[in-house]
Amino acid sequence: METPSRELTYAQAIHEALAMAMEADDRVFLLGEDIGVYGGAFQVTGDLINRFGEDRVMDTPISELGGAGVAVGAALTGMRPVFELQFSDFVTLAMEQIVNQAAKLRFMLGGAVSVPMVVRLPSGSGTGAAAQHSQALQAWLAHVPGLKVVEPSTPHDAKGLMLAAIADPDPVMVFEHKLLYKTKGPVPTGHYIVPLDKAEVRRMGSDLTIVAGGIMCGKALDAAAELAKEGVEAEVIDPRSLRPLDLGTIGESVKKTARLICVYEGVKTLGIGAEISAAICESPVFDYLDAPILRLGGAESPIPYSPILEKAAVPQTPDIIAAARRLAQGRV
Amino acid sequence: MSISSIESIASPQVNRPRIYERLTKSDVRGALYKMILIRRFEESAEDAYVRGQSYGTMHLSIGEEATAVGACAPLSDRDYVTSTHRGHGHCIAKGAEVKRMFAEFLGRETGYCRGRGGSMHIADPSKGNLGANGIVGGGIPIAVGAALSVKRRKTGAVVVCFFGDGANNEGAFHESLNMAAIWRLPVVFVCENNLYGMSVSTERSTAVNYIAQRASAYSMPGVTVDGNSFAEVAQASFDAADRARRGEGPSLIECMTYRIRGHSRSDRNRYRTKEEIETWKGRDPIDAFENELESHGLLSQSEIDAVRAEVEDEIKQGIAFAEASPSPSADDLLRDVYTI
Repeated sequence: METPSRELTYAQAIHEALAMAMEADDRVFLLGEDIGVYGGAFQVTGDLINRFGEDRVMDTPISELGGAGVAVGAALTGMRPVFELQFSDFVTLAMEQIVNQAAKLRFMLGGAVSVPMVVRLPSGSGTGAAAQHSQALQAWLAHVPGLKVVEPSTPHDAKGLMLAAIADPDPVMVFEHKLLYKTKGPVPTGHYIVPLDKAEVRRMGSDLTIVAGGIMCGKALDAAAELAKEGVEAEVIDPRSLRPLDLGTIGESVKKTARLICVYEGVKTLGIGAEISAAICESPVFDYLDAPILRLGGAESPIPYSPILEKAAVPQTPDIIAAARRLAQGRV
Repeated sequence: MSISSIESIASPQVNRPRIYERLTKSDVRGALYKMILIRRFEESAEDAYVRGQSYGTMHLSIGEEATAVGACAPLSDRDYVTSTHRGHGHCIAKGAEVKRMFAEFLGRETGYCRGRGGSMHIADPSKGNLGANGIVGGGIPIAVGAALSVKRRKTGAVVVCFFGDGANNEGAFHESLNMAAIWRLPVVFVCENNLYGMSVSTERSTAVNYIAQRASAYSMPGVTVDGNSFAEVAQASFDAADRARRGEGPSLIECMTYRIRGHSRSDRNRYRTKEEIETWKGRDPIDAFENELESHGLLSQSEIDAVRAEVEDEIKQGIAFAEASPSPSADDLLRDVYTI
């Protein structure tokens, strides 16, 4: 049973999860750039250095590849590192250790080891940080067997998924959206986990299904509220986990609504929505579809600086409303 | 001049390397056993490959056995190593059983990786061997993480991080040595400088004459030793491991050695001369070790012969074990992608 809740921001919820995990387990420690006295670029670690000291809240040099490798080595030998990448874009510098080492070591060594590490990835656009600090690279990591990839959209899930990720014996990539850090919501005071493999139905509806995770979940819910005024009831599903994908929950919804829109911030081509769409099409759920599946994804361009261009580069609420109208009216 | 060196001058064993004062007869016999076992394992693996019994590729360390065994001389099972694509020697030096290595080589379920890793990924975490690694430089930051872990858990262990001359030009080398130094971690970086990164010589690839010179950039001691001399490598490794266990931080040891075989099965030796290979064959580390042990009265010829005979037995039994072992089932493909 969950403990009483109070309002916390998404950043505070993650902070609380980190503190709780460190309190409960000496093996847990944090590692990353400027996470100590600076408190993290987005103030998620905040004052944890005062509570746990610099041995457990470790500032690394600006060495993303090395930092990821240190996390792998520590995880292999009995520790539970949580490695913060300052921006998710910098995972490109750490790919070797995450993709070739963390993801594969257990399999490659015949099950002789586990790599219990968490990588925190502040991601997404909408902050004017332009092309190298705004990407949504979830699909890159979700493509790799051996990794688990989650994307919380609420403060409640940010805490519960983080606690689940830290407790998990395998490497878990947690995509945190930078625009969500300051959003508020109810968060239970105690310890709880959100499973790493379960989608959540955020809004019930009968006319179409919108699958939207992370920052896109809120946009989809805003769109659904508008659509309801026109008599279109959208069901909104937050996948929460991208590897593994909870296709069961999505499939059940599509059986009911017969229409599906996948909304995601990453580049549309070969993105998460492409995978969901393909999986539904090759499953028996295909027979229930009354219309083609639509994908709303990021533009086929880098993320630009100018706010006008930046907004145009990722799906916005009006785009979701427009797509849903077309789908509901059979005009696709 | 230290007391021990006065004693060694006064003793009948003139010029006996200092390291032998620290090792028992059983230690040196064990070291010779492992060096010969590595050689014979690799020669047998090569045979199996030529006879079509094994698959993929392999990277042989024939000629580099003194580096592997010397560097592991100060280690026990609680200490860790990270290894490279040319890792058979490190595995055996850290205590792996050749029968399970042969089984892995043949892709069998009884192999160290249950046939999932092959020659390039043999590991034995129960003996502190965190695994060979197919990515050049891939093991270096992992070694630093393991060293951070043992320092936090105060186990008193050290980590020996093997890598080749090629890896010293990877970014991972720089990031890792820097972190090990700023955090004063108990790690010994052992560079096996066999003069070529695949085909490109260190002369063409590396801006310093000796890779050990790079240690000064990380404020750690760096030494270059004869990698074909067990005594020199073991001495440097003991010194570095002692320093690490005292909490004084990392060291870099560069072992000058040579791989007698090609980089892998595809190598046509276009980048080096037959004369060069022959010269290095004349500096064989096992021959040199045997001569040294005999001339200093540490092991007699008949004792050496007994070691060789025991190795042959272990090799024969290891091959028989591997050949009799079951292959994996295709139904188990997805096992161990995740723990849960």
